[in-house]
Amino acid sequence: MQDIDIVDLKKISEFIFQKYQYDFRNYAMSSFKRRIQRILEIKRLDVDGLMKKLTDSPAFINEFLDELTVNVTEMFRDPSFWRIMREEIIPGILLNHKQFKIWHAGCSSGEEVLSMAILLKEMGILDSVQLYATDLDTTILERAKQATYSLKNMELNEKNYIRFQGAGSLADYYKVENGYAVFDKDLLGAVNFRKHDLVLGEAFNKFDLVLCRNVMIYFNQTLQNEVLKRFHESLFKYGYLAIGSKESLIWCDYANRFIVANNEEKIYKKIKD
Amino acid sequence: MSMFNLNNSYKAVVIGGSAGSFQGVVKILSQLPIGFPLPIIMALHRLKHVRHGFVEALSLKSVVQVTEPDDKEPIKKGGVYLAPSNYHLSVELGNNFSLSTEEMVNNSRPAIDITLGTSAYVFKDKLIGILLSGANKDGALGMKHIKDRGGMTIVQEPSECMIETMPKAAMAVTQIDHVLKVDQIVEFFKEIDKQYR
Repeated sequence: MQDIDIVDLKKISEFIFQKYQYDFRNYAMSSFKRRIQRILEIKRLDVDGLMKKLTDSPAFINEFLDELTVNVTEMFRDPSFWRIMREEIIPGILLNHKQFKIWHAGCSSGEEVLSMAILLKEMGILDSVQLYATDLDTTILERAKQATYSLKNMELNEKNYIRFQGAGSLADYYKVENGYAVFDKDLLGAVNFRKHDLVLGEAFNKFDLVLCRNVMIYFNQTLQNEVLKRFHESLFKYGYLAIGSKESLIWCDYANRFIVANNEEKIYKKIKD
Repeated sequence: MSMFNLNNSYKAVVIGGSAGSFQGVVKILSQLPIGFPLPIIMALHRLKHVRHGFVEALSLKSVVQVTEPDDKEPIKKGGVYLAPSNYHLSVELGNNFSLSTEEMVNNSRPAIDITLGTSAYVFKDKLIGILLSGANKDGALGMKHIKDRGGMTIVQEPSECMIETMPKAAMAVTQIDHVLKVDQIVEFFKEIDKQYR
């Protein structure tokens, strides 16, 4: 694997910002470097070659984004998180609102929004919830809409679902076709998939619950701080924000506008505008 | 006279291990000198879906409480850190950690190569890397990065390992400064400690 100088990484992110208006300048350096190394390896390029390709072929940017962003996810990742969603957080929202809105920010290939749809269906309230799922990467959004996953990933998803203690079997929700698990399209029927950039994009709606798990780990603290402000703006008062189990917001400026709703599962509640 | 050519310029110790390394890690942590001055950063292969128990088991015997750092947590002198389950653990410039859920590396997440490689990048020749027993080659490349950047490399004596694949893989790709039994690694930590007194 080629080692890349930090100067080159900065050159690449600056160039992409100027030419394509995607801002990776505040991404965490170690993972950004690995992603670039990975692209160089897959495309058999060096840094100059990559810069040239980005300059000469604007269409390449979509492929570049798809490889750059980390799209590794699972259905019902951290089953205990999903149990708390079902047993505490969603019932908490339902106390005050029969209809509500959820935003999956950085939804990647859609496993989490699909997990949420299954959870809501099992609670009998899927029709009362408006789901939004956004990502920077349009290629992965298309994949998310398909709700079709390779069978080799399903073993882990099934195990997670069993630990989540779902109402039935995960297999109730999909058919196997040509080595893929094709999920029931009705689950995602009401999901509003849209392209949205967490770094440069504006708040576009107000939500009762925002899920952004293991996305901000790719940002440095400056950017985490900014993105938390955007989530704060996008939440109704007393709305919930869920982040990854090993993420922390304590050093962010807006941390004191939230209280901990569940410390173990890193779920926060907005208490101040 | 010490068999190790040591000084007090080191900034961190990083430890990798897999199958058969648990007992060795426990022994090292249980005999760590009180107030050991450097952070110890560990990437050990572990079950992906079990979030709890491992760090508690290590802490039980350890002189210092072992913690699984949160994303962007600062690295403190004397802290003992363990890569959390199902995350890669990196060291960032600016002396903090970052976590990631990227693809598995060498079939592993956490991958030892990632923790060792990023530590080598940040700490350069001020790093000590230790690779223990294990059944795959994860960590070998990381040890090479440490050596290439001027750090010190140590592997567990293969004959003592439950599974020798991991230290042998490192020995095959880079120069190893010391091949030690766990008891000698324990002594090594005491020698390091003395440099800072």
